[in-house]
This record gives sequence, C-alpha cells and structure tokens, in this order.
Amino acid sequence: MINTQDILQTIKMIREENLDIRTVTMGISLFDCISDDPARLEAKIYDKITTKARDLVRVCEELEHTYGIPIVNKRISVTPISYVGAGLSPAGFVRLAETLERAASVLGVNFIGGFSALVQKGATKGAEALIEAIPEALSVTDHICSSINVASTKAGINMDAVKRMGEIIKMTAKRTKDRDSIGCAKLVVFANIPEDNPFMAGAMHGFGEPDTVINVGVSGPGVVAAAIKEAGDCDFSTLADTVKNIAFKITRVGQLIAKEAARRLNTPYGIVDLSLAPTPAAGDSVAEILENMGLACTGTHGTTAALALLNDAVKKGGAMASSHVGGLSGAFIPVSEDRGMIDAVKAGVLSLEKLEAMTAVCSVGLDMIAIPGDTSAATISGIIADEISIGVINTKTTAVRVIPVIGKGVGEDVEFGGLLGHAPIMPVRDASCERFVARGGRIPAPIHSLKN
Amino acid sequence: MKAVITVIGKDRVGIISMVSAECSAHNVNVIDINQTVLDGYFTMIMVVEISEINTSFSAFADLLAQKGKAAALDIRVMHEDIFNAMHRI
Repeated sequence: MINTQDILQTIKMIREENLDIRTVTMGISLFDCISDDPARLEAKIYDKITTKARDLVRVCEELEHTYGIPIVNKRISVTPISYVGAGLSPAGFVRLAETLERAASVLGVNFIGGFSALVQKGATKGAEALIEAIPEALSVTDHICSSINVASTKAGINMDAVKRMGEIIKMTAKRTKDRDSIGCAKLVVFANIPEDNPFMAGAMHGFGEPDTVINVGVSGPGVVAAAIKEAGDCDFSTLADTVKNIAFKITRVGQLIAKEAARRLNTPYGIVDLSLAPTPAAGDSVAEILENMGLACTGTHGTTAALALLNDAVKKGGAMASSHVGGLSGAFIPVSEDRGMIDAVKAGVLSLEKLEAMTAVCSVGLDMIAIPGDTSAATISGIIADEISIGVINTKTTAVRVIPVIGKGVGEDVEFGGLLGHAPIMPVRDASCERFVARGGRIPAPIHSLKN
Repeated sequence: MKAVITVIGKDRVGIISMVSAECSAHNVNVIDINQTVLDGYFTMIMVVEISEINTSFSAFADLLAQKGKAAALDIRVMHEDIFNAMHRI
C-alpha cells in the first residue's frame, strides 16, 4: 500500500507547485512522403501527419484524467522539412509550412516543429530555399516552429549560415512587426541540435529515429523550488541530494506518461527529456530555485555555480528515473517565460552577458530574449556566433532564440501571451561586429585533446 | 486495478458518505480510508478497486471533481500507478 505522506506529497506538487507534463511530442518521419510533384508531396505530408497523430490529443487527455496530472502541450515533430522538400522553391516551402499548419489545426496540437535544416558544414539548395522561406512561413502560420543547426562540435561553425540567420531573424521580426515580432519566438538557431528533442521551438524528428516515436518533456521548477525552500540552509551535498530526489520523482511521472502514451498510441517510446521548463506563472520559475538556494536575485555573483549544481543534480536524479533519457535535458532559462528571470532583468541584475555564461552550464541557450528592434542583423549574428561557440567548444547543445522587437527599445516591455510570456527589452552592445561576421566561411572544428 | 481518491477542503458532515455513495453507484469498491487534518485542511484519502467500474475512469473522475466543486472540496481520482511511479524504486 502507498503511504499517506507520499500520496499527499504528489497531490501537493500538482495542486500547489505546478507539477505537470510539459509536453507529449510525437515524432513522425516524412521521408516516405517525398515526391517530385509539390501537390502530391503536400497531400502525402498532410495525410501522414493527420493519420499517425489522429489520436494524440485524445490519448493525452485520457492520460490527464487517469493520472490526474496536466499535460500542457501536445506536439508533433517531423523530419527536417528541408530534406523532405528538397527541390522546392522558397514559395514551395511556404506552402509546405501552410500544409503543416492545416494539419496542426485539424489535430488540435499546440505546435509542429521541424521546419528545419542542418547546415553546420554547408547548405544544400533545399536548405537555402527553406531558410529563405522562413520569414514568410512564420508570418503566415501560428503553430509551426523552425530550427536551423549552424554548427556542431565535429563540423565547426558555418559562419555563412550564422550571418544569414542574423538577417533571417531580422526579416522575420519585420514580417511580424504588427504582433511584436512574434515570428522570432518560433525560430531558433542551434549548435549540436538533438534529434529527439520534444521541446519547441527546436523539436525535429531526426534521421536515426523510427517511423513514429513518443518523446516526453517533464517540468517542475516549482516542485524543485519548494523542496529547496523546505530543506533550508543545508550544505551543498544535502542541497544536491534534495534536487536529485525530487528530480527522480518528477521524471518518474514523465516516464509513466511516456510509456503509457506510447502503448495507447501503438508507437515506440523514445525518450524522456529531463528539462526543468518554467512558465510565466507564479511559482513555476527556475530563477526562484536559484534564489531559494541563497541568491538575492538571479544574475548576481554565484548564479552560474547555483545553476551548474541544479542542472547536474537534475540530470543525476532524472537519469535513474528513466530508462531512456534524451532531448535537451537540463534547466531552461527562457527569459520571457520565467517570472523570476523577468524580475531579475527588470532589477538590472541579470544581463545578456550573464545569461550567456549561464548557458555554458545548462540547457539550452539564449532563449526568448527581447532585444531592441533596431539591432543590426550583424549584431544578431555576433550574438549567435558567441552562443554557438560555447556549445561547439564544450560539446553541448546551445541555441539562440532572440526577438528584435521592431519599433521598441530598451526600457519597453513586450507581451507575447500564453506560455511565451512577456519580456523587458534587453540592451545589446553598440560596437559593431560587422567586419568579423562578414568574413564568411567556417570556423574549424575544435581539437579534443589539450583541454584547458 | 486500484485508484486513489483524495478529498481536500473544509471539514463538514457527509463527505465520506457522498464519496462512498458515488463509489457504490459505479461499482467501485472502497479498500481503505484514511483521514487527517493537514495545514488546517481536512484531507481524506480513499484507496478503491476500479476493475469492475461500470463507467469510464474519466467520467468517474469528472463526476467526483464536479461533486467536490459544488461542495467547495478538491476531489481527485488518480490511478495508483502515478504514486507507485513517483515513490517506489
């Protein structure tokens, strides 16, 4: 028999500490949809997605009822569209985005990810056309997410792609300027992109994946924050153990939902992503965890160390709780989606530079950061290059999702709504990096001995 | 197959009777009841057998949640596996 205290702990986590399953994401391969006839390609993609994911939302709702835990997002990731639609013109890729949008609407899923290309060594014609299509594709759709992998530890950094993505982000911001440049919230630039990530905007269905797969992303910053608060001023070993214990419990719920969703959908179970994903709701903040560890405000000295401890302990606890771990698996620090982060930026304590340092020890990168609308494309490329370098050199995933909010500047706020939250516009450096970014070519892959 | 019914709220006459009546009406057998006061709230935990339930699990959970809401109580019905997953290695 399960004991009373355990039952009450679970109920408290769900009732008061915002424990939920952040996402159940079905990965779907679209390779068998490839056709030299664009209309046939669109029809096959639509049919495959709406057939394979027909029961996704219904099954997730059943699971919510059975286990009494909210499943916040039901999502789909697909084979990177640049491969499926290779040979299409940019206009053809926009039509594919609209096809995906129709599938998302009819299924009732929150997002489809995979309007993506991998160009770490160079871009194919398909990848170039898809990248060119991004600004329009993201302005005419609401539920499609795009990710471009511009670097890897093995290939180095494709600086031509970094330069291009600075321009594309700026163009996407302009195309959606009447909605606070929200198109950029659905676009992320990666180094070392994972192939099984269930989280947006970077979800895609990788090349080594089965035809369909179920991946689950857990959540629970509020639960961790509460456990740390309860543990009081303990020493670091006890602190790490507290995080590990609670991460184990959170992840076990993710594992249960993943296995049960996979069984009911007759789809292989892929991975559980151990990420701590915050929301703008009170008490669902990664910043609050760091502050409960003893920082007066996130972003002050000690923040990187606190985050490193948190991230490592979450992985240790989570890894034991799940048979297969993957995706991004770490603490997320999206500024607009985390109330504590927003407050820390507003207080002038958390800067872009500190966020960059924090991403060296956690998942996933400079995420959901609003910057002035007049930031140049070259400066955005410089921000991408810096962040991507951290990932390439340290053999980890990093990413950039910044939103140059057209018509707004430092001191103003932007409201994205829902889980995307709101953000104060953060300052960027004025000095130009244009000559550096314009060099073109690739930054070579790093050496993996002589570590220092 | 077992489920756990939890009731949290202000104590009043007839809570156990109301929940038990719904269990009985839906062929759900009560195995164990435990009640306590936690942080000023009345808390009841009922472990039930749901193998012979005569409606869907979702419908039963929804019904009790609604009955609870009408009486200012938070009533949840959750499959036992979520507790086993979280608290057993």
